[in-house]
Amino acid sequence: MPLLEVENLQTHFRTPDGVNRAVDGVSFHVNAGETLAIVGESGCGKSVTAMSILRLIPEPPGKIAGAIRLNGKNLLELSDREMRQIRGNDVSMIFQEPMTSLNPVLTVGRQIGETLRLHQGLSKQQAEERAVEMLNLVGIPEARRRVREYPHQLSGGMRQRVMIAIALACNPKLLIADEPTTALDVTIQAQILELMRDLKHRVGAAIVLITHDLGVVAEVAERVVVMYAGRKVEEAAIGPLFRTPRHPYTQGLLGSMPKLGSSLDGTETRLAEIPGLVPSLKKKLDGCVFASRCPHTTDLCRTVAPALEEKAPGHVAACHYAAREDLGADEMVAA
Amino acid sequence: MSTPVLQVNDLKKHFPIRAGFFGGTTGYVYAVDGVSFDIAKGETLSLVGESGCGKSTVGKAVLRLFDITDGQVILDGQRIDDMPSGTLRPMRRRMQVVFQDPFSSLNPRMRVRDILAEPIRNFGLAKDAAELEAKVAGLMDKVRLPRDAVGRWPHEFSGGQRQRIGIARALAAEPDLIICDEAVSALDVSVKAQIVNLLQDLQRELGLALLFISHDLAIVEHMTHRVAVMYLGKIVEVAPKRSLFAAPKHPYTEALLSAVPVPEPGAARERIILKGDVPSPINPPKGCRFHTRCPYAFDRCRVEEPPLRPVADALGEGHVAACHLHDLPAEQNPLAGSKGAAILAHA
Repeated sequence: MPLLEVENLQTHFRTPDGVNRAVDGVSFHVNAGETLAIVGESGCGKSVTAMSILRLIPEPPGKIAGAIRLNGKNLLELSDREMRQIRGNDVSMIFQEPMTSLNPVLTVGRQIGETLRLHQGLSKQQAEERAVEMLNLVGIPEARRRVREYPHQLSGGMRQRVMIAIALACNPKLLIADEPTTALDVTIQAQILELMRDLKHRVGAAIVLITHDLGVVAEVAERVVVMYAGRKVEEAAIGPLFRTPRHPYTQGLLGSMPKLGSSLDGTETRLAEIPGLVPSLKKKLDGCVFASRCPHTTDLCRTVAPALEEKAPGHVAACHYAAREDLGADEMVAA
Repeated sequence: MSTPVLQVNDLKKHFPIRAGFFGGTTGYVYAVDGVSFDIAKGETLSLVGESGCGKSTVGKAVLRLFDITDGQVILDGQRIDDMPSGTLRPMRRRMQVVFQDPFSSLNPRMRVRDILAEPIRNFGLAKDAAELEAKVAGLMDKVRLPRDAVGRWPHEFSGGQRQRIGIARALAAEPDLIICDEAVSALDVSVKAQIVNLLQDLQRELGLALLFISHDLAIVEHMTHRVAVMYLGKIVEVAPKRSLFAAPKHPYTEALLSAVPVPEPGAARERIILKGDVPSPINPPKGCRFHTRCPYAFDRCRVEEPPLRPVADALGEGHVAACHLHDLPAEQNPLAGSKGAAILAHA
């Protein structure tokens, strides 16, 4: 049984001008100790998916439907009280902006200790001891002095380390990291990614990594879900996804990224563009969500939504024409 | 050789820190501390570095959005840093800027037509209303937006389209130099590619000089002709693109390149992870500013600041770096060879 199983997740928001289908029927699973990345551009619903897992979506205007099973238990059926037992304990989360997600008027030690005192009933002293251990774990020097400091006294990279320490304090089974390095500089990002890789081995928590950066995905994830306009369009292990992307959107995404080192052998080409814009999520889409921007669109795409289909073992894509195993990656099968 | 469009000599900008009741100056932020470079017509120079290194301050100083502390900014042979505002005005037409955030850099109360017409009117570039209208339509064509969109408001456009409007506004003044301050950083990957392609097309078409300020090295490599790497208010390395990526000659550049995640799973790369954070520009380290994080630092780095000077590079001329390692014999210099390919995991 997978650790987390998300089945047909639908998170919709009521707005004055119609229902916004931010997440529209997304299913995936995460095994214990595994790192799954959810990638997509802004507005594709990746963050809403993450928030839905922890039920951090305000209801109303939001509405979560489907099933989110953690160790077989459907989180959507729990009471608020039971849900609070899970947040920060079994499942915890790291947010993008470490400045706004830490409380500026509490010391970092107190913030790390809070989850421990709440979930594990530690005393104030025990919690502080454990906070020092956690800061050591995430590589903050002089942990004993730092636990008494406030977030503004720390740099951006350090704050993100503190966030990770808070998230890991109760040894969660699942860690959801929503753009954990997006706000950081590259050299600091490299430090944090290194830390995440290292902690994965030492702590053994499963990670759901939400990001728009395919480079970060390639560095830390094992499996990838690609989302577009509220739906999952492709899922595969990282090797096949980067080597032989099946969905035209994934292909477009990879093609529109300049490759570092391209000037070395003079293989620079013009970047591939994905023309057009993401469709509005307020209109119900009948056909394929990517039909308006896809270079291979036919009438079938505009009218019938393609189902997620296994194109190769463990590699699913939602495209009528995406090549199956026996064909090359770039070839599209004519129907 | 013709005069460069822009020449910056030993530019310094120190911001005073005021504290206390009387607002006395208690120190300075050495945001930019002696930066020199030039840009030729039709050339792109990229300024790269991490946040707080002073790259945006350089852009703003060139535009003279504030007065500089010391140094010279020369636009097409004329010094503009000490020019009185009356004579400066026509010079301002020749340098324009595209900002990072397309949501806050367009006036939400102006229609696209007015946004684009304002610079044309300001600099008297159109004789009459008909010419003005024609110029606005021409600008919309240049940035590949439909002409009939001129009557719409900024909020009706997506981020990428707004950035196109921002670029059209910069082009409206018919400039020689455009400063792109993180102009594509806030955009999504697929939209970013559209804007990058547009900027390249426009540069070829109009012979624009671009000062491309960015922290995204993959985009920089794709866009630029030359790269200047900044660290704590100083340029530590300048080189033609290929030389810089193939054979970085400053330890900071090397670390920066190795830190960029590449979308290639399992790539075997030589990885250099810098320790610690960027020191404060209020109190920059003595000697080489990078010595506190440099994996190769030795005694001399802690006391003596290395000047920027030419370094040997098999790939060509014009490679300068500020590092003492290049005074050591080649076998002791970790930056002597061309390590770019190993760092970038480039086959």
